Amino acid sequence: MNRFAQWGNALYTGHKSYPFVQRWKTWFAAAAILLLVAGGLTLMRGGFNLGIEFRGGSEFVVSSVQNTDVAAGEQAVRDVAADGIATVTNIAPGTMRVQTERMDDAQTLQVAQNLQDAYGVTADHVTSNFVGPTWGAAVSQQALIGLVIFVVLVTLFMALYFRTWKMSLAAVIGMLYVVALTAGIYGATGFEVTPSAVIGFLTILSYALYDTVVVFDKIRENTQTVHEDADRTFAENVNLAVNQTLVRSITTSVVGILPVGSILFIGAGLLGAGTLSDIALAIFVGIIVGTMATLFIQAPLYALLRRGDGDVTDHDGAVLARRESSGRAPEGATEGVDGTEPAARA
Amino acid sequence: MASKTPASAARRTLTWLGALIALMAVVLGIGVATHQATWAPRLALDLEGGTQMVLAPETAGGQRVTPEQLDQAVEIIRARVDGSGVAEAEVATQGAENVVVAMPGTPDEQTRRLIQASADMEFRAVLQSGPAEPVAEDQRTPKDDFPKPEGEPKDAYDPNWLTPDLLDEFQKTDCTVPRDPGAEPLPTDKAAVVCQTATEEQIAEGTGQSAKYIVGPQVIPGTDIADATNDMANTSTGVSTNQWVVNLSFNSEGTEKFREVTQKLTPYPEGDPRKQFAIILDGTVLSAPQSQAVIPNGQAQISGPGFNEVTTAELAEQLSYGALPISFTIESEQQISATLGQDQLFWGLVAGLIGLLLVAAYQFFQYRVLGLLTFASIIVAGVITWLAISLLGWSDNYRLSLAGIAGLIVAIGLTADSFIVYFERIKDELRAGSAIDAAVREGWKRASRTIWASKAVNLLAAAVLYFVAVGNVRGFAFTLGLTAIADLIVVFWFTHPMMVLLSQTRFIGGGHRMSGLDPSLLGREPLYKGAGRVREFKTPPSDQTAQGASGGAERRRRRSRGEAARRQTIAERRRAEREAASPAAGTTTTTSQRTQEDGQ
Repeated sequence: MNRFAQWGNALYTGHKSYPFVQRWKTWFAAAAILLLVAGGLTLMRGGFNLGIEFRGGSEFVVSSVQNTDVAAGEQAVRDVAADGIATVTNIAPGTMRVQTERMDDAQTLQVAQNLQDAYGVTADHVTSNFVGPTWGAAVSQQALIGLVIFVVLVTLFMALYFRTWKMSLAAVIGMLYVVALTAGIYGATGFEVTPSAVIGFLTILSYALYDTVVVFDKIRENTQTVHEDADRTFAENVNLAVNQTLVRSITTSVVGILPVGSILFIGAGLLGAGTLSDIALAIFVGIIVGTMATLFIQAPLYALLRRGDGDVTDHDGAVLARRESSGRAPEGATEGVDGTEPAARA
Repeated sequence: MASKTPASAARRTLTWLGALIALMAVVLGIGVATHQATWAPRLALDLEGGTQMVLAPETAGGQRVTPEQLDQAVEIIRARVDGSGVAEAEVATQGAENVVVAMPGTPDEQTRRLIQASADMEFRAVLQSGPAEPVAEDQRTPKDDFPKPEGEPKDAYDPNWLTPDLLDEFQKTDCTVPRDPGAEPLPTDKAAVVCQTATEEQIAEGTGQSAKYIVGPQVIPGTDIADATNDMANTSTGVSTNQWVVNLSFNSEGTEKFREVTQKLTPYPEGDPRKQFAIILDGTVLSAPQSQAVIPNGQAQISGPGFNEVTTAELAEQLSYGALPISFTIESEQQISATLGQDQLFWGLVAGLIGLLLVAAYQFFQYRVLGLLTFASIIVAGVITWLAISLLGWSDNYRLSLAGIAGLIVAIGLTADSFIVYFERIKDELRAGSAIDAAVREGWKRASRTIWASKAVNLLAAAVLYFVAVGNVRGFAFTLGLTAIADLIVVFWFTHPMMVLLSQTRFIGGGHRMSGLDPSLLGREPLYKGAGRVREFKTPPSDQTAQGASGGAERRRRRSRGEAARRQTIAERRRAEREAASPAAGTTTTTSQRTQEDGQ
């Protein structure tokens, strides 16, 4: 506790400083490599593992099962559709899941009937879910429309709030990266993409921007009077803001992850796959990626976007000239500012 | 707020919050007492068990379905489902393209067919009419006494359709109750007994009537209708007659058929049932107007007693809906067993509780006693959210789904973040040397701005998701938006006032070791050290002050001070200079100075 608080103090004063902005090339390269690896793995696996809601098909969940025999479930499907291929899995203690391809609605209900007999349970222990072949496309299309509308509105909102479209642009680019990487992680690991996971992705959009707004608000505060600051360049000021909010970033992501993690834990152990676990998994991944993106992508990106601006170059030039004449480098340089890479020195 | 003392303002705000919660509880309590509401939120089908179908409209010609037509389809499906005796079914449009039907239990084959079938609109000639009530048993004509038809009917208007069987059915039929929606559809090429059934309300208002008809075979299918609108009728000179009418137009085939119908019916004298034709939807007569003139151009006008703006609009909608019969394909159907739903609910709540406790523990670890304020804030937010969901369940039939529960659990983290932002800002102010009450004031000024901006992003996302998305995304978006609002209420009306009050206590304001705001941990000494001792102001740290100390820790600290001096913001540096110049100037002045500069 003491050490955590002291670490927070050090970050606040700038005694301890992590070069989020200065080492942008390293972070961006790492981000690009991560995305490429995730994308490559996704391609190698042959794309996303889409849930039946997107492929179309039928799914059954039978609970309170005594005999978790896979063959009984397969037979129940074959009795209705002779060539019906069923994937039967024991997803949680006493719970069986049966997934089939392409049956019509009536067949689905018949299979639900058969499963009752096969596993010796009553009707209120069988859940069936029939999804037509075009439903997934409709869901995805609406989600995509929602994404576009949200991005446009939120870009406008942030541009107005921060009084600079560059913050807005940096935030949105970072957000798109978060969604792309989270999707890539899903593709690479073969997690099933269900409509619930899509809900999760959409929540990540909101979370990633939410997190960025908090940090950007501090950057805005710190850089408001930047021209009076004779000691720090613009990029260094941005970096200081990120460091000053680092304790909050970490605390928030931990607090965000704890409840989501408890859903995941309970979901994996006791419930099997379902709406709760699907949403939680996407958000779990998204919170981690979103918090990292704010620190390593969005903040440096904003500094980069601003480095060509006249007022910033003038200010940075003055600061560096003064630093030159006094013959000392800022303390941060010894700790990690990449001397060969003067990011903010336009 | 500025003109009053912060503490009294804080107490007043807390009172308002208490009043708000009490009001919500009282309203809900009244609902519960009158058996209109329940304390617990209403549950969606995935938690309660039941069947949910998502339907996509399908038209014969593949035309696009307009929102009005979809609304009309929902009305028709609702009437059919209600008529088939399924209690508590909910039918609603979702997005621009889908209809969602949710009902407890499992629908039988007939209900399923009814939901999917297209509405059947047709025109038939009336052969005989009578009152809606069945003829009393002792007054009925024996079947054999009915006159036999003279031969095979030649056309759709031929009285020879009236067989003894049909006349017998006619006298027995009770048209005061709605037609069973599961009944077989009328045969298009035969005569039939049909009902016009109005509700008691409509009869009392004079806007509807119940009657019984024998109609001939179909003469015009509904698909031949081009359009129908309602309007005030005009006289030939263009003066409005104040009489609401339905304007009906046919396509070319319909125009030809309608001309023939009016040619056949118009010659009958006023009062003869055979002057009427029946507009039939799903086997029930909507209207049976008399043909007053031969209409060769397919532009008809229906008027009648009891026609007002509402009834004509309804008839026009039904007619134009008949023009495009929509059937439905089942896009997805979920039948959720009640036990699975309850399991999911139970474990969802357990997960939420575990999450809440973990958050509380972590907050206590990081913020000590202030962490308890976070916990209390989350509880207050939870109470507000719970009351709101229960109230919405009552007023708008909002039902909490599994995705909604996920939204609530996720919101725990987002809600806690508001307090984290706030506390971190207070700590920043303390690190900058403010006294605790000033730190709370300044920290709040900055944090509230950030909180507004970040919650706005959340609300925007929730609103867009809610209005655009389909399926259970909406339930999720709704709870996310709701919790964002609850969070704002709690931060502004609970957490901040509580913080103001707490900062005046010895425990928190004095920076107790366990308070979470211990200034010595934040690299500052408190101004007030307790027991009447006040911190002496020091000149900005220089190497000399640290000279006596030894060891690595002290060296680090010294370096950090040097670094801090260099890294100070402009405002901080000015303050340091000022403090050096006049040590007597307290922290309060410097704080106000900071404020001014921030305002620039």
